[in-house]
Amino acid sequence: MTDTTNTDEQDPAQAEEGAIMRFMRATELDTRLLGMVAALLLIWVGFHFFGYFKNGFAAFLTPRNLWNLSVQTSSIGIMATGMVLVIVTRHIDLSVGSVLGFSAIVMGVLQVNILPEYLGLGHPLIWIIAVIAGILVGALVGSLHGFLIAYGGIPAFIVTLGGLLVWRGMAFLIARGETISPVDSTFALLGGGPYGAIGAVGSWIVGLGACAIIIFLAWRGRANRRLHGFKLRPMWAEYFMTGLACAVAIGATLLVNSYPWPKGIVRRYAAANDITVPEGGLFISHGFAIPVLILLAVGVLMTILMTRTRFGRYVFAIGGNPEAAKLAGINTEWMTVKIFALMGGLAGLSAVVASARLGSATNALGTLDELYVIAAAVIGGTSLSGGIGTIYGAILGALVMQSLQTGMVLIGFDAAMQQVVVGTVLVLAVYLDNKYRGATK
Amino acid sequence: MSRAENGTPLVDIRNLSISFGGIKAVDNASIDLYPGEVVGLLGHNGAGKSTLIKILAGAYQADSGEIWINGEKAEINSPRDARDYNIETIYQTLALADNLDAASNLFLGREITNAYGMVDDARMEAETRKIMARLNPNFKKLKDPVSALSGGQRQSVAIARAVYFDAKIVIMDEPTAALGVHETQMVADLIGELKKQGLGIFLISHDTREMMELCDRVSVMKNGRMIGTERVEDVTEDDILSMIILGKNPRDQAA
Repeated sequence: MTDTTNTDEQDPAQAEEGAIMRFMRATELDTRLLGMVAALLLIWVGFHFFGYFKNGFAAFLTPRNLWNLSVQTSSIGIMATGMVLVIVTRHIDLSVGSVLGFSAIVMGVLQVNILPEYLGLGHPLIWIIAVIAGILVGALVGSLHGFLIAYGGIPAFIVTLGGLLVWRGMAFLIARGETISPVDSTFALLGGGPYGAIGAVGSWIVGLGACAIIIFLAWRGRANRRLHGFKLRPMWAEYFMTGLACAVAIGATLLVNSYPWPKGIVRRYAAANDITVPEGGLFISHGFAIPVLILLAVGVLMTILMTRTRFGRYVFAIGGNPEAAKLAGINTEWMTVKIFALMGGLAGLSAVVASARLGSATNALGTLDELYVIAAAVIGGTSLSGGIGTIYGAILGALVMQSLQTGMVLIGFDAAMQQVVVGTVLVLAVYLDNKYRGATK
Repeated sequence: MSRAENGTPLVDIRNLSISFGGIKAVDNASIDLYPGEVVGLLGHNGAGKSTLIKILAGAYQADSGEIWINGEKAEINSPRDARDYNIETIYQTLALADNLDAASNLFLGREITNAYGMVDDARMEAETRKIMARLNPNFKKLKDPVSALSGGQRQSVAIARAVYFDAKIVIMDEPTAALGVHETQMVADLIGELKKQGLGIFLISHDTREMMELCDRVSVMKNGRMIGTERVEDVTEDDILSMIILGKNPRDQAA
């Protein structure tokens, strides 16, 4: 074959490329990721100073707000990671908000009305059984959807549109429209709050542990490249990337540790544990909230699933060319069932976080979440035509959506205005993304 | 009829039929293939060539008939089964996932995994590099999605699949349809190479002249039926064309 595709290192065009291009190539930084981080920072700084000039105080870039932001992002973020798989395989799931509500009600009834009767109130098994049941219910509903889509030949749009109505209705029927509360006290910790965070020491363990893993991965990646005789990154680029990632981990730890418990809670905590509060108050750090850790764990596991396993490879293959995937011997129908089951299970996990945070289960929980989840995945670079998407993108997308929401609340936009802005941003983000993809092709 | 037709055929397809909604796409067709042989399938669009070959590749299941491989009856119910019999198919549509890179496509469905069951991308890339150096030394875009590749490069990824996994039987459905002159020549050379290694090749094409050059025998299909199979040295291009158009074997009439 004689078609020439000059990607040789001696290509003169590359020798003349600018310092920025050389930097990007050496670090192998994803320009999309950079764009999203830049957009996020712009939103944060923008709201911060907008608040400062409009209302006289800047509330956005404070430990308290950022900590709350991280907690609020968790529920949507967890589901967005699953939506990536669904959208990558050219499907859609409109039912996740309703599945969340349904799963939350099932867990609520289980831990408030059923389990205490058999185990006794406050039994340590209650929250564990409830969580497992919640995730399982979500996964079962999801696999039912997946089954209808794959083997029933009904478009995902229709199946999950039906699911949107059915499961919201079922949630109402189970609880007869009542709000179920209070949830189990251990269960409630999964939703965050001062007690639902791991404190300063725990956060340092998480932050430094993350650093250790980042360094290990960088080292192993380099060793692996050398083993197969691939071109190595320049050493400075390795140091820069590893350093940057560690800085983010440690920065996040410092941030969550600088947000103290509110005075009232400190007083109650001190009274309960016989601690005398010193003059000037006691500084007890929140640290990472448990729902945020759940989101991070989900993000890591889903990233491994998508990039390091056959399952993930097949998800992308089906998205890129369903027929080719089939001819390669991939059972695409069964994959669809598994993908929707996973999405449902993640909606169940989100139900845990959302209902624990609220301290109760209502049948309205998760209403309209499907739209935010889809928007998060799409803003995060998941292509609706299939085949392209990343987990970290979806989580960042969720963070962007939540940042907009929170920011507008802080500067006093009313709900109607918030909807206008969020809707506009979604459309604009996809437009810019299309432009970007066109430009890099 | 002495050289190829002694010994067991590599593939022996006997009386295969398949219908789609009342239309007999393949109607009682039989064909065989010997090691080191290239058998061409000719016919109009919709004559049943691709359907017949897709049954062998496991993409369709026949309504009736048998497939024998190396003298043993074979059960091929899925693409995976076909692979277990060392049958590799290079489809007209290329059957590549455009969003994945060459290595991911080459190993699709047969990924190399490490001790923890994780896909070993580095090793797959290294293997791809090796096989590409052999098949297409100009191939450099290993990291790019295959949508960024030229038709010839994409074709070489598809062919690399067959070569890498030690196929014994290769099915090529219009392998040169989307290619330029040089790339077509590369495919022709490769077919010669595979033949020398003792593989059996089914080749589907519209190009009668190309088929006369590449094949040992050609079979002509029309309306799902097998019109006839002839050694290329026994027939002229005109004979073949009349078989394709009229659906009759002129040699039968002469005899």
